[in-house]
Amino acid sequence: MSKREADEVTGVETTGHEWDGIKELDNPLPRWWLYVFWASIIVAIVYWVLLPAWPGINGYTKGVMGQSDRANVAQELQALRDLRGEGAARLTNATLEEIESDPALQEYAMAVGQSVFGDNCATCHGAGGGGAKGYPNLVDDIWLWGGGLADIHHTLQVGVRSGAEGARFSQMPAFGRDQMLTGPQVNDLTELVVSLSGREADKAAVARAAPIYAAQCVSCHGATGTGDQAQGAPNLTDGEWLYGPSREEIRTQIWSGRNGVMPSWAGRFDDETLKALAVYVHANAGGQ
Amino acid sequence: MANVIRTESLGIMNQSIAGQDRAPLDALLLYAFTGLAALGAIFATAFSDDRLFRFHGYLLIGAFVLAFGVLTVALNSGRLRSSESHYSDGVIRAGVIATMFWAVVGLLVGVVIAAQLTWPNLLYFPEHGWLNFGRLRPLHTSGVIFAFGGNALIATSFYVVQRTSKARLAGGAWPWFVFWGYQLFIVLAATGYLAGITQSREYAEPEWYVDLWLTVVWVAYLLVFLGTLWKRKEPHIYVANWFYLAFIVTVALLHVINNLAMPVGALHHRSYSLFAGVQDALTQWWYGHNAVGFFLTAGFLGMMYYFVPKRAERPVYSYRLSIVHFWSLIFIYIWAGPHHLHYTALPQWAQTLGMTFSIMLWMPSWGGMINGLMTLSGAWDKLRTDPVIRMMVVAIAFYGMSTFEGPLMSIRAVNSLSHYTDWTIGHVHSGALGWVGFISFGAMYCMVPWLWKKDSLYSNKLVEWHFWIATTGILLYICAMWVSGIMEGLMWREYTSQGFLANAFVETVAAKHVENIIRTVGGLMYLSGALIMSYNLWRTIRLPSPASQTAVTAPALIPAE
Repeated sequence: MSKREADEVTGVETTGHEWDGIKELDNPLPRWWLYVFWASIIVAIVYWVLLPAWPGINGYTKGVMGQSDRANVAQELQALRDLRGEGAARLTNATLEEIESDPALQEYAMAVGQSVFGDNCATCHGAGGGGAKGYPNLVDDIWLWGGGLADIHHTLQVGVRSGAEGARFSQMPAFGRDQMLTGPQVNDLTELVVSLSGREADKAAVARAAPIYAAQCVSCHGATGTGDQAQGAPNLTDGEWLYGPSREEIRTQIWSGRNGVMPSWAGRFDDETLKALAVYVHANAGGQ
Repeated sequence: MANVIRTESLGIMNQSIAGQDRAPLDALLLYAFTGLAALGAIFATAFSDDRLFRFHGYLLIGAFVLAFGVLTVALNSGRLRSSESHYSDGVIRAGVIATMFWAVVGLLVGVVIAAQLTWPNLLYFPEHGWLNFGRLRPLHTSGVIFAFGGNALIATSFYVVQRTSKARLAGGAWPWFVFWGYQLFIVLAATGYLAGITQSREYAEPEWYVDLWLTVVWVAYLLVFLGTLWKRKEPHIYVANWFYLAFIVTVALLHVINNLAMPVGALHHRSYSLFAGVQDALTQWWYGHNAVGFFLTAGFLGMMYYFVPKRAERPVYSYRLSIVHFWSLIFIYIWAGPHHLHYTALPQWAQTLGMTFSIMLWMPSWGGMINGLMTLSGAWDKLRTDPVIRMMVVAIAFYGMSTFEGPLMSIRAVNSLSHYTDWTIGHVHSGALGWVGFISFGAMYCMVPWLWKKDSLYSNKLVEWHFWIATTGILLYICAMWVSGIMEGLMWREYTSQGFLANAFVETVAAKHVENIIRTVGGLMYLSGALIMSYNLWRTIRLPSPASQTAVTAPALIPAE
């Protein structure tokens, strides 16, 4: 069985083994393969000598270069702080108004705000801040909770229905789903809400809905439907619709009363970043 | 272990002596096991108040009751009596069909999620989570690695170990248990992902009870494989079998340790890992990296070591190289996992070790490539005439390329750019589509005519089409990912002159849109290739068997001299 023979094509001897017709040649290891293998082992040993590498009982080998990731990170962060200059320190002491009135400081705040907005706010409010269905547009001059610098800053800190202490909170009831109103009543109310923004509506339905509006809606949205920023109640007359302008969408909102959530950012961002972000959002919006 | 095998084979021997009217012991054991498993599943489902656990309970009940019924019929009809004079090929034929089925499923899901990354609103139903990218992604990764790759490995290992040992598979009916048990694992894992059952460990997403089931199946697989080697009528164990055995043993070890977890309740689907923090991460990536090393490398090298020399009808290039690269691969691979955690909370010394062991892994990996390619010396002309050989050679070339790229990407300075980017995705796919996919396709193209006793494939022309479409698809895919990976890596680290990050994440996503389209097209081409292949294999199976074939191969198992 174990019979070494010369391969016809290459002339190399086989090992004499055979499995299901497969034989093996007795070629030596390719030299270049062996040399590169040794070289890679030497490279590894060099790394071990230079850098932190092998664990022991008490700690690990530190390497002769004395290199450490922790030190490197600290160094890089310091370099970044140096590059950013004095802006961060000045933000700490400045009020929101002072930031806006100092062009250099405002420019710095806008740079901070832009980088933070892109990775944290754009997810919901869109890369340009234009919003989406259910997520307010931040570049117009329509505001649910007020568009002044201080209002925006406060909203950023506490969030909306975020569960954080002092969070901005309002609640649109689910009039239909919770059976506060009947289906036909919700239909009539929809017509009334449509009419508030100056659109054509079924006059008879609007008349039927008037007492319902007075009883259920006035306390938040006001007698003329202009809303109330103190309570976060949207203005129903401005033609801007958070959940869409169609009758169907408006009816859905009256029926099931969706209430969106914005996280509170205090604690996630430091005070300087929150100020900068408020300035950034304020500057990009219509401004109030 | 050996005792169990001996008793089993003893049972078969007793059987053949005692006469033909009693059922073989292995089948009776399997019968009892299935019955008990069905009972266990019924009770577990009945007493659980966890909806998702009950959902899987019903699946298990269905599977075990069905298996019990089939076994009842099979035992009564005497069909489970096995003859030692033939290879058991039925389970391999089933494996080939399962391999192609899961290949199409896994690749299809891949194309879907590639399209979702390109057009995020595709198949996005906020009210129903099960078609979300997050649910479909593990379905794709597990689908191609474990369902397609795993079935290819089990089927080819059963084929190779029998031929190179001149012995029928050990365990009688138990290889069928391995096959169907593994399919059950796949179905449990896949339905679990869609339902949101996951332990969120990459390539180890299934929850604890699915892991336990896979452990049972895997131990049976190991015993069948070892038992067959034990019975072998050849003096030496062929190199392909070393690789298959290393794959089976190491995957068992990795699987058990990485999935150590405490279930929330005995009848609850959720569990918590036994490890915490960075230890948990390192355990996971020790597993994850060696899933690549022992599942996707060692196992498929076993495939290469049989099908390449067999198809080329040439001897393996170097016995010595196969020994040295086998043992160096085994010893070095297991330490390279930390390179998945560069610049994380993992201590720096562990990162250095992981990186250096990855660098040392380069040549041991390439040993397999050299042995595979050089085996063709004297038969290079077959590249022109035999598209199946060409497919396997290109597989080996992709293997060489990705095992060079891997050590390169493990170097920390390179990794700081490549990590978390599409470059990694491209790297994985040059290995998965190029190496794992093509070597498996090559093996399937070889095995189908051999297993179904045909002179040749239905159409070599279709293999040509498969080869060119799929190869172009791979190149489109990985080139697009190199470009988008390096681009997004550079965008992530770009600072403005004022010292702030220049690009928001979403901007880097938008910048990759074209590359994402190209990737989707590449994936679609690869899937088309697999569909062409499925058609070709199906037509091959349906070809009439030539009389010469059946006559020649009837005494399939020739005793050793």
